[in-house]
Amino acid sequence: MVPLSYYLVLSGILFSCGVVGFLIKRNIITIFMSIELMLNGVNLSFVAFAAHWHALAGQVFVFFVMVVAAAETAVGLAIIIAVYRTRETLNVDRVNLLKL
Amino acid sequence: MLSVHLILFLAFGAIALAGAINLLAQTHPINSALSLIAVMAALAGEYLLLGAEFVAAVQVIVYAGAVMVLFVFVIMLLNAGVEERTRGSRVALLFGIPGTLLGSVLIAWVILQHSATGSVTAGAWGDRVSQLSSQAVPGSPETIGPLLFHEFLLPFEITSILILIAIMGAVVLASKPPSAPVLPREGN
Repeated sequence: MVPLSYYLVLSGILFSCGVVGFLIKRNIITIFMSIELMLNGVNLSFVAFAAHWHALAGQVFVFFVMVVAAAETAVGLAIIIAVYRTRETLNVDRVNLLKL
Repeated sequence: MLSVHLILFLAFGAIALAGAINLLAQTHPINSALSLIAVMAALAGEYLLLGAEFVAAVQVIVYAGAVMVLFVFVIMLLNAGVEERTRGSRVALLFGIPGTLLGSVLIAWVILQHSATGSVTAGAWGDRVSQLSSQAVPGSPETIGPLLFHEFLLPFEITSILILIAIMGAVVLASKPPSAPVLPREGN
């Protein structure tokens, strides 16, 4: 028997780790991975609430979040490849122009 | 008294937390990617504990499988090396970590406080707030499937369009521009 609050705290800590990574990392791929970490933290709280309220819709929402995250990853990594092709760097501090 | 459920929760939670912190500590993206895979696998275990079997399977297949393969593939393709530290990253380090630690402590404090004192538990949170039974939700494919294909049929179809657009967008973005001028390399 695990209290709901434990799951929520774990979810919050994972989300915070994602925010830290988003802030302190300078590699654009690692920043992208931090976003995935945030999405995973939110998914955990979705599933925990679904189990708590006996509502399966929460798990369906997690499924949709995963689908959108997969689509986002495909497009985002393609953008990273395009940026790398023109800038030849993955450091976000060196990608400081809107122009390609 | 520790139940098996709680022990498993703590074990998977510890793996997930260690992976998340390792993701931040590592400077090479491939190490970060591998620790993110550990986080996702541990979260799949947590989903199993919550009775969400279908979501756990999808987590392993889609996230730990497909998405992370894409990440590792791009890291290898771009030959990403150790990230370099810049002035901006030091400032972010200085303000980001304390600020986010404060934020997570605040979140944890609010959640634990509200579930412990019972100020909120009386109404919305209910008396079941602190007890999640292991067989609470039958999250098997038999129960998810009808929900997904009846109640959520329209969102499901819309996500298929989204995936199609994402595939086309990825192909267009990642393909080489056909009319790109080939610049002569210096020194050759």
